[in-house]
Amino acid sequence: MTTQPIHFYQVGSFAVGNRLLDDDGRTVQSDPNRTNSLDSGHRACQGCGEALGARYAIDAAMRASQGRLVAVNATGCLEVFSTPYPETSWRIPWLHSLFGNAPAVATGVAAALKVKGRSDVRVVAQAGDGGTVDIGFGCLSGMFERNDDVLFICYDNEAYMNTGVQRSGATPPAARTATTEAIGSEAGNAFGQGKDLPRIAMAHDIPYVATATVADLHDLEDKVERAMQVHGARYLHILVPCPLGWGSASSDTIRVARLAKETGLFPVFEAVDGKVTGVSPIRHRTPVEEYLSIQGRYAHLFGKHPRTDIIARIQAMADRNITTYGLLAEEPADIDPKGVDV
Amino acid sequence: MERPFAITLDVGSSHANRTGSWRVERPVYVDRLPPCNDACPAGEDIQGWLYQSEPGDYEAAWRLLVEDNPFPAVMGRICYHPCETSCNRVQLDEAVGINAVERFLGDHAIERGWSLPAAGPDSGKRVLVVGAGPAGLSATYHLKRLGHSVSLVDSAPKLGGMMRYGIPAYRLPRAVLDAEIARIVAQGVDVVLDHTVDDIRRERDEGGFDAVFLAVGAQLGRRVDIPAGDSSRILDAVSLLHRVADDDPPMLGRRVVVYGGGDTALDAARTARRLGATDAVIVYRRNRDRMPAHGEELEEALDEGITMRWLSTVNSFEDDRLVLEKMRLDDEGFPQPTGEFEDLGADSLILALGQDTDLSLIDEAPNVVVDDGVVEVLPTMMTGESGIFAGGDAVPSPRTATVAIGHGKRAARSIDAYISGEEPDQPGRHELASFDRLNTWYFSDAPRTKRPELERARRQSTFDEVVEGLNEENALFEARRCLSCGNCFECDNCFGVCPDNAVIKLGPSERYKFDYDFCKGCGICATECPCGAIDMIPERI
Repeated sequence: MTTQPIHFYQVGSFAVGNRLLDDDGRTVQSDPNRTNSLDSGHRACQGCGEALGARYAIDAAMRASQGRLVAVNATGCLEVFSTPYPETSWRIPWLHSLFGNAPAVATGVAAALKVKGRSDVRVVAQAGDGGTVDIGFGCLSGMFERNDDVLFICYDNEAYMNTGVQRSGATPPAARTATTEAIGSEAGNAFGQGKDLPRIAMAHDIPYVATATVADLHDLEDKVERAMQVHGARYLHILVPCPLGWGSASSDTIRVARLAKETGLFPVFEAVDGKVTGVSPIRHRTPVEEYLSIQGRYAHLFGKHPRTDIIARIQAMADRNITTYGLLAEEPADIDPKGVDV
Repeated sequence: MERPFAITLDVGSSHANRTGSWRVERPVYVDRLPPCNDACPAGEDIQGWLYQSEPGDYEAAWRLLVEDNPFPAVMGRICYHPCETSCNRVQLDEAVGINAVERFLGDHAIERGWSLPAAGPDSGKRVLVVGAGPAGLSATYHLKRLGHSVSLVDSAPKLGGMMRYGIPAYRLPRAVLDAEIARIVAQGVDVVLDHTVDDIRRERDEGGFDAVFLAVGAQLGRRVDIPAGDSSRILDAVSLLHRVADDDPPMLGRRVVVYGGGDTALDAARTARRLGATDAVIVYRRNRDRMPAHGEELEEALDEGITMRWLSTVNSFEDDRLVLEKMRLDDEGFPQPTGEFEDLGADSLILALGQDTDLSLIDEAPNVVVDDGVVEVLPTMMTGESGIFAGGDAVPSPRTATVAIGHGKRAARSIDAYISGEEPDQPGRHELASFDRLNTWYFSDAPRTKRPELERARRQSTFDEVVEGLNEENALFEARRCLSCGNCFECDNCFGVCPDNAVIKLGPSERYKFDYDFCKGCGICATECPCGAIDMIPERI
């Protein structure tokens, strides 16, 4: 899957680029001529994970499609902060219709291109978690079911951030939102199964499903690249921390995403034809406290009367993910002392 | 203009929206002082030359290194590398093998025959350097580069000082030393050997020198009175090492006892072993924790079968029987006699109790102040007498070759300022690049490359070099373990992680700059910078 051999470069394969790597080993983002699909001047908050994730993903899709790409956007933060009339931050053909119909609009765009014989132009649809798991879910399931030739990307920041941080079907248990307040004995969002959309997508047996975070750019870009190599309905679910809604420092956006993966709370994997084919192993296993305690939305679990019982339940969720997906590498990474090119 | 239905404004780019105005903190690129550079007594830019080594540009690396220190191959063997002790990577896995890479670069340069930068344009000024050890040679090199003529005087028949007459060949092969000294001499140095300076003022005035650098070292082995019979063989470690270097080793016998606990004691014991001693015992009055010798020297000595008698002093030496008194450490850690004695058979006793400096040459220079047997100097290395500078073992210092080389450099710069009538430059130091500023997530785990050691059996009997060097492949590996603390190494992280595309990549070796028109000051770049080269500073609003 997406692992790379570890070279004894200062930064192995973890940093965005490296002067010691040849071009193949560098990310799209390290290229001074990257598309910058989502341009400067957008009105996302400081440290916005979604703005970052969208540029990462769409720039990679632009490279994979040789710049022939149309993006359809659902309503949400990404749409609002990038296109206040009459400005736009998008440097690619970009369409917005409604909150719930992005998958259907994308299906239409793909169909229109097919009719016009433009098989070279590819279609991407993008939405936040609300537009994906709640409001747009019916259209999305239909798009999967018909196996329309669209890559659907969900930028998951785990609530409706644009309208003031209301709970969505992707909000995790115990998280405080405007509609799941931190009061009462079961403060924050209720425990439940939530909507695990990557697994729902897999249940449609579509050709490609993957998860990623903004903390591992190499992995994210590899997955976009792979998704663009196949036709049919594809689904990419990217965790994008929201400093505003999560109550984390704007400078910690990537750190929070990294901890989500390293704790096991957000399993990073990919699946082909409905079967998991690879996972990104945890590099430094971390207890969930470290992830939770730097976010204001979990502040009620800490302080004078820490809710160790709730933290333990969240830890159990992480542990279950680790077992389910096999997130602990059995063998230490294969160290190749000849990983230097003399 | 024709507009589509219901559209009243042209589409515009969000570039019109200068989001930089939201900022309350601004990121700035900084260069911090890496702890290795901070710790280097010779003032090398270690992080800088490792950076040059990483893509395999060894010549650029070597050239940067010799800006500060003309002895990479020597240093790569005998330096006690305080750089590695302070290396931030220790807190991650193990220190970067800086010393090994330095040696590789030094050896590589000798192999390729690279020469030092040519002497600077002639200033017409003349400097007398007394003593051709590490301090004197280093000063000579830097003075030549500054364009001054140098007369380098030494009482020994060869150049090198303690590097030749104090450090055994198994640690520093003479071919390596000769090669690095020859490069300095090739800059056009007037070398006077076998000449002892006995009056520094007269020598300076008769020669018409504009300044003098005293680097006479500490050549006199300290002795203590030990009741001994006529036939008992006692000599000092300095003389022993000197005679071995002169190819005139004394007869020591089978059982050799060395008295002392410094590096010289270990050198003497290991040398005795190579001269045929079956028992080489070191007697030291304190314990291992309080031993001044460097740990890895001790390890190597123990490996070679040297034995230690801790907490013991030599009481007397009669015929071939040495009487030792057992000691105990008092609450302050000082050794106190216990009144308990024991015998130890010995054919000879070597005293390694420290060294003194022969300062008779300044008897006629009363302004040069001597305190506790060494010359007092200002931070510029100038003594109490204007125009006379001093450095190396002859001034208060930890007495290592690296410190001496650093003294030579500093003295050369001060001498240059002195003879051109300027104030010496006091370059500012950057703030330290501490470990907590690094984001170590981005560094792959990479254990350190061990330098191979000669088979034990072989090194007990010969003066062949004990520690072998790295080959190119593992030297490169080692260089790339450097975390580049506090200095950008162009990993593109800031350029990649900015949600506002407010970092501009300026191209290879040009680094990056911030686009403050759009930077919102979120600080992700600073948090995700692997080497801590970005500071967030409050914006003036």
